[in-house]
Amino acid sequence: MTKEERKNKVIEDFSLYDEWLDRYEYLIELGKALEPFPEEKKTEDRLIKGCQSRVWLDAELRDGLLWFTADSDAIITKGIISLLISVYSGLTPEEIADDDFAFIGEIGLKENLSPTRANGLVSMINTIKEISRLRSK
Amino acid sequence: MKPQQLREQFPVLDTKVYGKPLVYLDNAATSQRPKSVVDAFVTSCNTANSNLHRAVHKMAQDATDAYEGARRRVQEFIGAAHPEEIVFTSGATASINLVAYSFGEAFVGEGDEIIVTEAEHHSNIVPWQLLCERKKATLKVLEVDDNGELQIGHLRSLITHNTRLMAVTHVSNVLGIENPIREIAQICHENGVPVLVDGAQGAVHRRVNVQELDCDFYVFSGHKLFAASGTGVLYGKRLLLDAMPPFMGGGEMIETVKFTGSTWAKLPGKFEAGTQNINAVPSLVPALDLLDKCFSDAELVENQENIKGYIYDYLDNHPRITLYGCPAEMDRKVPLFSFKVEGAHHEDLALIMDKMGIALRSGQMCAEPLMDRLGVTGLLRASFAPYNTMEEAEYFTQCLEKAIGMLV
Repeated sequence: MTKEERKNKVIEDFSLYDEWLDRYEYLIELGKALEPFPEEKKTEDRLIKGCQSRVWLDAELRDGLLWFTADSDAIITKGIISLLISVYSGLTPEEIADDDFAFIGEIGLKENLSPTRANGLVSMINTIKEISRLRSK
Repeated sequence: MKPQQLREQFPVLDTKVYGKPLVYLDNAATSQRPKSVVDAFVTSCNTANSNLHRAVHKMAQDATDAYEGARRRVQEFIGAAHPEEIVFTSGATASINLVAYSFGEAFVGEGDEIIVTEAEHHSNIVPWQLLCERKKATLKVLEVDDNGELQIGHLRSLITHNTRLMAVTHVSNVLGIENPIREIAQICHENGVPVLVDGAQGAVHRRVNVQELDCDFYVFSGHKLFAASGTGVLYGKRLLLDAMPPFMGGGEMIETVKFTGSTWAKLPGKFEAGTQNINAVPSLVPALDLLDKCFSDAELVENQENIKGYIYDYLDNHPRITLYGCPAEMDRKVPLFSFKVEGAHHEDLALIMDKMGIALRSGQMCAEPLMDRLGVTGLLRASFAPYNTMEEAEYFTQCLEKAIGMLV
């Protein structure tokens, strides 16, 4: 799937739910389904600053593509980072660094989070961008 | 008075969030404001808006009367001996900072000690840390036990001949336990140590008499007890306030100003530099009137006690829930409950319950050292006010069950 196809899929999946409570259920499912993150990778330098709950993000460059793994102690946050990873993992660093992340606005995620968690979402996006920029050619 | 009748005085409680009725259980962060308080603010703006004490004109006199009337109402409310022992500030935090600076300047030096407790809000820790850094003094900590009770038995051994002050909360904003202030003051006074009491939560839930408590300073915020935000009180014994230098310089707080040196106004003006919160301070009068009513009205008191008992039993007996702040005697518990749910993060719970219309607090609640002591990264807190109903309490437990079901 291309980057745009992935984004459209997320938008489509989200639009299935009218109620925000159901959307949280969906995020919780995503969070629970996220593959396990090794305990030894839960280090200070992988912690995303600016989140109220703890979020760890790791990135690995393989064959020119960036692969992300992540974890959080809060399950909805974990669902959110899972959703970001599902869109951006396996793309080139340039593709990610140049992205406008506008699809987040289309699913209304940021507006529907508490201010502290909305800040956390911005921090997650900035960290993904920053990692990609550093790994870009 | 029925809680429903009390609710009618709070227009904001009719608010809908996400189309659902607001269930406001974040009262320990700030309470809601009744119409009478909003009216007092508006009346001040519309009929008596003038700077205080300074001018000879009629409106200045009206504004000053309203402001000084509020001072006498606060004096009466906390049983202070003299009106000049009441200093208006912007809130409890500002009051503590005032004392930490000003008392510190007069009485704290290198090698001296200040005692705080493990259950304090950051506002009653950090100003003392700043003072200790400034004066090369030491901050000592009275610990809590596993139930959240202060280990009063250890207090005597903490006090030395270098101890200059003890700062302690009346009611912890996390544990909801009323501390034995009179006993603490007695132990401290036997050793010549003055006591500052953080009443930010205490004045909301307990009828305070500072002379009976025999504390040397008592501070609280207006916004937590129905009054306009930006109002705060510092009570201090006159002898101590008199011996303390001004905190801030400016208008109102001076007697004479010369370039060769200035002299300070008498109490309480000495500590009220600059233009005061003219329009908000008069709102303390209707706020305290209503709070008095909440303390004395049998139906309202019964309603609060019923809610407290119901929520306590629910949380304490829930197999997945750990409730923090369980005093030996239930009458020392206020309707403020912090807890953790096994397998569900406090932030997730707060976020889901927000969508159900319930306002809760989650996180460290400005008490990081206490969170460390309890071994948690944060907790979920539900804090009740006299206008909360049993129906809301039951809705809270139903929604909590639903939220836990979603997460676990």
